[in-house]
Amino acid sequence: MPQSVQRRLRIEPARSWQGLQLAELWRYRELLYFFVWRDIKVRYKQTVLGALWAIIQPLAGTALFTLFFGRLGGLSKQVNGSYSLFVYVGLSLWTFYANTVSSAANSLVGSSHLIAKVYFPRLLIPIAAIFAGLVDFAVAFAFMLVLMVVYSVPPSPLMLTLPLFLVGTMVVAAGAGVLFSALIVSYRDFRYVITFVVQLWLFATPVLYTIEIIPEKWRLLYAANPMVGMIAGFRTAVLGGPLPFGLILMSGVVALLLLAAGLRYFTSVERRFADVI
Amino acid sequence: MSSNGVAIDIAGVSKRYTIGEAQRPTNFRESIVAMMAAPWKRLRHLRGHRSTATDFWALRDVSFNVRIGDVVGIIGPNGAGKSTLLKVLSRITPPTSGHIDLDGRVSSLLEVGTGFHPELTGRENIFLNGAILGMLRSEIRRKFDAIVSFAELEKFIDTPVKHYSSGMYVRLAFAVAAHLEPEILIIDEVLSVGDLHFRNRCLGRMREMRDEGRTVLFVSHDLTSVRQLCNRAVMLLGGRVDQDGAPDEVTRAYEQMNRDPSIATAGMAERVNPPPHYHLRRVELRNAAGAVTRGFDAGDVMEIHLWASGRAPADSFTAEFQLLNDADEIISFGSANPVRDTYYVADQQHFVCRLGPLPLTEGAYSFSFTARVWNQVRWDFWEKAIGFDIQRCDLFRTGHGITNLHDGDFVIQQEWLAGD
Repeated sequence: MPQSVQRRLRIEPARSWQGLQLAELWRYRELLYFFVWRDIKVRYKQTVLGALWAIIQPLAGTALFTLFFGRLGGLSKQVNGSYSLFVYVGLSLWTFYANTVSSAANSLVGSSHLIAKVYFPRLLIPIAAIFAGLVDFAVAFAFMLVLMVVYSVPPSPLMLTLPLFLVGTMVVAAGAGVLFSALIVSYRDFRYVITFVVQLWLFATPVLYTIEIIPEKWRLLYAANPMVGMIAGFRTAVLGGPLPFGLILMSGVVALLLLAAGLRYFTSVERRFADVI
Repeated sequence: MSSNGVAIDIAGVSKRYTIGEAQRPTNFRESIVAMMAAPWKRLRHLRGHRSTATDFWALRDVSFNVRIGDVVGIIGPNGAGKSTLLKVLSRITPPTSGHIDLDGRVSSLLEVGTGFHPELTGRENIFLNGAILGMLRSEIRRKFDAIVSFAELEKFIDTPVKHYSSGMYVRLAFAVAAHLEPEILIIDEVLSVGDLHFRNRCLGRMREMRDEGRTVLFVSHDLTSVRQLCNRAVMLLGGRVDQDGAPDEVTRAYEQMNRDPSIATAGMAERVNPPPHYHLRRVELRNAAGAVTRGFDAGDVMEIHLWASGRAPADSFTAEFQLLNDADEIISFGSANPVRDTYYVADQQHFVCRLGPLPLTEGAYSFSFTARVWNQVRWDFWEKAIGFDIQRCDLFRTGHGITNLHDGDFVIQQEWLAGD
């Protein structure tokens, strides 16, 4: 791949804005594949319960939130049908999001040795972390299908739109993950920032509650949190109801802007990584 | 470019580091401290206190060409800019100014086994490491059997490498690297890790690459291999090209430079121009009576006392020596670990190695020292830190001395009997 194709090369001082260099990324696509493959293999080799964690995590969250928010907090009254299922559907996608953002954000410093010793487009590292999370999501998703049978929720044709929200979530995760990964290289403080940002973000996203509790006139602004459209759309596609198109569009646009901003910052500092990491 | 047969064209390359900026907290406690201190630093900065960061030019206006098929050795003392040049050539770090044109497929090897993951099996690591070094999946698959048999690890190929011995690990890593087929190979002193057998294989493989007409640029402390392998040598000094020419002449100039000044005559040496980060700073050689001296006899026990500056970057590290003869060939090696089971903690600043009885013949010898965590980046290499003399070698009290002029560097315990 990389050097095999590229015969001539000029090495120059870093400019502030390198551009995305898509051709370069494409040349290294096999390495991306290997990074994803490594992340998945290592994760499942190091854990005893392996794939079960992918279910335990959202399931434990569901149990906890059902008790505290659903029962004691009274949120379950706003939900038609089972609050637990409602929360699990949202959490399955949210867990994927939260895990991939944190692992992408910490991926560069975790690969500092590699960065100090070999060249490859640095973007591959956080991007690989996003793709590696898909396996866990697939497991959690499969369990969701089981729950749908248990709660006798019939699958609707809207489920065909699910990939859209999954991809949308990956765009948000890539945007935030890429941005934070680069920030953490220079400022390790952001390691702590990302942890509580993700925690707070959960409450700013309709995972535990329905979007209806947000007043109508504020909803579009609310959807400037790009995860709003993804979670709301995803859950509607599974549990039924009208898709909130406006919110989805708004979130989609913000997601793309976030990704653009993340890539912009990343590419402007990536050549310095080896010097500061 | 290719029309005039130039593979690497380095034009006015400079590289500036800002010291103080690159020092990042390495553990949790330090990062908390740094975090708490950060606002203060910012504040002081705002009030007009100048930051303590200073610029350091690792490379200054370096220019030279490497022609296709050339094997060029880069030599120079520590801190001369060799590693920085390799990093710039490998695209790991950008130059501050100037540019480099490369014509041909490049592989660069700053260490063997980059990206190896302990949890993965040998088989999986071959693919991962191969991909990291720039091989295609199809290419790795094609070479897989050759790599495994080269490493002589057929039986263990599906064992996680965390269960490998360090020798097996290095063999596997080198086997992958040896199957790269670049037109231009950029290689760091990976040759200095591992045992003699391993080093010889590395050199053998480099010789093959040379004979196949590939362009090789390699950094080495080992002047002998530079003389043997290269058709050209470049000596860096203080970030600039100091000498560029035939390997014999350049290496001789380097030896000359090393010999003149500071190799101590008194059995102790202080570091001249130490690197800014953690480093070894002082060494003393003491005899059995505890006196500091540079004169020993064969059969004597020597105590090497080494002092480092500050706190080491990590725990469980090792101090090492290389023993060199008067032709600057490495003739022996010792380390706190893995040769022995001594691991130093980060706070340790004084290391003592009791060495001997010395089985050396009469002549001049010297030591180089290293501090590092075994198998990882070395923090510091103090090249030819101190010299000493074996004044008398008469281990068996016959009255006849043995010198390293004609009789080699070592005397092995021996007994002579009359056979039947």
